[in-house]
Amino acid sequence: MKAASNPGSIRPHWEHFEHVADIGVRGYGETAEEAFANVAMAMTAVITEPEAVKRADAVQVKCEAACMDELLYAWLNSLVFEMATRHMLFSDFEIEIADGRLQAVARGEKVDRARHQPATEIKGATYTELNVRRGCNGGWVAQCVLDV
Amino acid sequence: MDPSQFERPAPNEWRIQPQAGMHVPGVIFADELLIRAMDDKVHEQVCNVARLPGIVKASFAMPDAHWGYGFAIGGVAAFDADEGGVVSAGGVGFDISCGVRAVLTGLPRAQVDARKTELANSLFATIPVGMGSTGGIRLDPAPMDDMLAGGARWAVDRGYGIGGDLERIEEGGRMAGARPDYVSDKAKKRQRDEMGTLGSGNHYLEVQEIAEIYDGDAAASFGLNQGECIVATHCGSRGLGHQVGTDFLQEMVAKASAHGLTLPDRELACAPIQSELGQRYLGAMRAAINCALANRQIITHLSRQVFAEIYPDASLKLLFDVSHNTCKAESHVVDHERRELFVHRKGATRALAPGHLDLPADIRASGQPVLIGGSMGTASYVLAGLPTSEARSFSSACHGAGRSMSRHAALKHWRGRQLVDELASRGILVRSPSLRGIAEEAPGAYKDVDAVVMCAERSGLAKRVARLTPVVCIKG
Repeated sequence: MKAASNPGSIRPHWEHFEHVADIGVRGYGETAEEAFANVAMAMTAVITEPEAVKRADAVQVKCEAACMDELLYAWLNSLVFEMATRHMLFSDFEIEIADGRLQAVARGEKVDRARHQPATEIKGATYTELNVRRGCNGGWVAQCVLDV
Repeated sequence: MDPSQFERPAPNEWRIQPQAGMHVPGVIFADELLIRAMDDKVHEQVCNVARLPGIVKASFAMPDAHWGYGFAIGGVAAFDADEGGVVSAGGVGFDISCGVRAVLTGLPRAQVDARKTELANSLFATIPVGMGSTGGIRLDPAPMDDMLAGGARWAVDRGYGIGGDLERIEEGGRMAGARPDYVSDKAKKRQRDEMGTLGSGNHYLEVQEIAEIYDGDAAASFGLNQGECIVATHCGSRGLGHQVGTDFLQEMVAKASAHGLTLPDRELACAPIQSELGQRYLGAMRAAINCALANRQIITHLSRQVFAEIYPDASLKLLFDVSHNTCKAESHVVDHERRELFVHRKGATRALAPGHLDLPADIRASGQPVLIGGSMGTASYVLAGLPTSEARSFSSACHGAGRSMSRHAALKHWRGRQLVDELASRGILVRSPSLRGIAEEAPGAYKDVDAVVMCAERSGLAKRVARLTPVVCIKG
């Protein structure tokens, strides 16, 4: 799967990883916020090419959880909810995380079936391979398997 | 998996004796090729389920089992509420009551073929499919609750069906004990304009030819005649079911320790059946089952409209509707004793034995129709429950082929356009909003469905009645 190139760094922003029935999404970042934004981008890439999604409309997303793993589960599932109810795709995420609370602005546009050719819907983010961690180089990794 | 790690009491039964906290053994039904090809995670997940409190007899996996969420896909487990048994949101899965429905058309293949392109185009234009599609029915809060309480009965009462449909659906088309008030507003909002939509992923609507009959008597009682076509639909409870799964998984993880549960895997999130959370989940899950039954009923109605226009003489009769992601209260004989149990089937189909009183009278003698979905280009099957089904696996059988290759790997192997052309050259018309989606769902990315059903038959789970091959495939 293609990953967006990261100017100035060899490491990709995000990637997909193998799961026999479904698909795993992983985001990297200098901060937790960046890793959360990139894993969300990886989720969009499960559906369509993120570059094809215009940043036309902004949606506010808020969620909270007791730990970072749970916060990632809540964040991705909040986006699944927004995608499903607004029939939107997102390609830009501005995130703030403080005290277990996440506030974000997700930008994107309505699904255009001819242009986006959505490959699949996301049913939900799962607890499988769910993990938010800080690597020994100080960078953040956020990942889980999506049920599609 | 390495077969040497199992005991093998029968050629198609692989057993794991209780170890490290397992209350019961693990049992996988498979032949040697299937067990070798199965993911190691199936072993781990079968063992983890056996560690849950109140589990009865064994933690089972069907021949099509693969790595799932907490439970293996193809996992079956029964729990006794009086022995601290649990209900697990992970054990049911995100797509609650996902299932298969088969509708007889009575049309010979040649008659379908004569207007096949028109049929494919009209089905694709009429049945909402894929991400971003919406149904023609918009449900405000009050009718939403009526739908969640009424299931397919709600749909038939509103004209989306005909007399005789309901008796051919599990639970008579309406799951009792549904509690729409336990379903979150978010879940209801996700469903507002998704009634009568197919979804995406491995969901489909296919026109299939009855290519081969294995059991003439059962086929005759089911109305399956060789050379005629049926309409098979594979889909579930759509956004509502997914959101119910997401909501309760999160709550069950958060409250596990308060219930005294240590989870070997968060995805096994569960609650005691007799707890407030357990009861609330059961009520919400049953409402989601009704959502799936209503959804498939509306899709049948849309299919009938298409067929009526193209083949005015055809009369579409529902053969049966099965769900394969559920937890149901059922009565089973265990070691000569009748017990009331909560049976989880995650990617597994109920397969009631011949004579079971829950079956419609006119097909009762043949056993429950078990509908096995294939994938584009591969066969599907109609099986029937066997007298041995109950003792083997709480009357359960497989549900489909199961994936053998990830979506990622499938995309490297196949191109959507090429697959569409190849299938067309074999007489199979595929319609989908996404060529990439078709590549991800390539027939070669799935296990050999023929081997899976043969194994189900040899294991005494269900017997083969008919083999079906695709003619038209509408794919999300």
